[in-house]
Amino acid sequence: MQFPREELFAPGHRGCAGCGAAIVARLVLKAAGKDTICVVPTGCLEVMTTPYPETSWRVPWIHVAFENAAAVASGVESAIKALKRKRGKFANKKINVIAIGGDGGTADIGFQALSGAMERGHNILYIMYDNEAYMNTGIQRSSSTPFMAATTTSPAGSKIKGEDRPKKDVAMIMAAHGIPYVATACISYPEDFMRKVKKALSIEGPKFIQVLQPCTTGWGYPPHKTIEIGRLAVETGIFPLYEIENGEFRITYKPSKRKPVKEYIRMQKRYRHLTDEDIERIQRYIDEKCKLLGL
Amino acid sequence: MVTIAAIIYEPGNSIRNKTGSWRTFRPILDNNKCVKCENCYIFCPEGAIQEDENGNFKIDYDYCKGCLICMNECPVNAITKVREEK
Repeated sequence: MQFPREELFAPGHRGCAGCGAAIVARLVLKAAGKDTICVVPTGCLEVMTTPYPETSWRVPWIHVAFENAAAVASGVESAIKALKRKRGKFANKKINVIAIGGDGGTADIGFQALSGAMERGHNILYIMYDNEAYMNTGIQRSSSTPFMAATTTSPAGSKIKGEDRPKKDVAMIMAAHGIPYVATACISYPEDFMRKVKKALSIEGPKFIQVLQPCTTGWGYPPHKTIEIGRLAVETGIFPLYEIENGEFRITYKPSKRKPVKEYIRMQKRYRHLTDEDIERIQRYIDEKCKLLGL
Repeated sequence: MVTIAAIIYEPGNSIRNKTGSWRTFRPILDNNKCVKCENCYIFCPEGAIQEDENGNFKIDYDYCKGCLICMNECPVNAITKVREEK
């Protein structure tokens, strides 16, 4: 038995067939176990798992507004601390507080709350599931959208070729806060991802994990390729997997030979306007980034 | 039942919503070929593939949405697809 059998994420949610966010939630709950409180801001994950009066979560769960997931998570964590000290509740029990936000709720709207929670040093784990746009409202660009990807608010046409800014590196920004644990992960590597979640939960202090999660509707590929595309993103070096523990940087998965980004790009509809020269430009950018990280 | 502050008292009650009707293709798992690598189990977004008491994996067609990630990720091609007929 390789993976825990406990199922804390119930089926019957309204995620698309082949949804990566559902896989993220399932893997996180499998790794964290039942003594967990989840805070989820608005986003795909919240909308699809909890159409009132139904919920897919078998752990205590709270929905908060787009911008304050990290603030509410730090409040929950402080409340548990106070109850432990003043009323002797949850004695000898370790309760995990996990906030799971999308890239819009983390990198754009919830950014100041997240930065504040990380700086104050609350004992929470923030997981950002990164599908590289606002998928729930209809694929609008976010600051996590990669260079030259077409979305409905950065459409490809004769004037521009999709998104004109590179992807914001949220994991590195979080690392700059000097927090004890920062990691990137991908749902295509579940052992790696679950190990990182478990490791993060064993550390005292604020933790941050960014997990890449391909989105079948937003990226434009057939639903059965969700895992395959995630794996390609890692193997081409577009999304490197690393962890930073107490300032010590370590690559956790090193592809023996990086694949050309063309393979990854040609599988997705959001990149279909790209010519070979454009792909060459992205390849050079990725090469440079990988050189910095030592991939 | 509508409650104050929209509290849901029944965790995991979305199992009432049987999403199996979404399916276009039905994955079929051949247990003789299966090597129990657990790829389909862990990658299923629904958790619709579960182990039974004999250690064999079984697909719950009440919830399977037919995304076929399991078919794509199976290393020994133990999962095949057939089109859903009326």
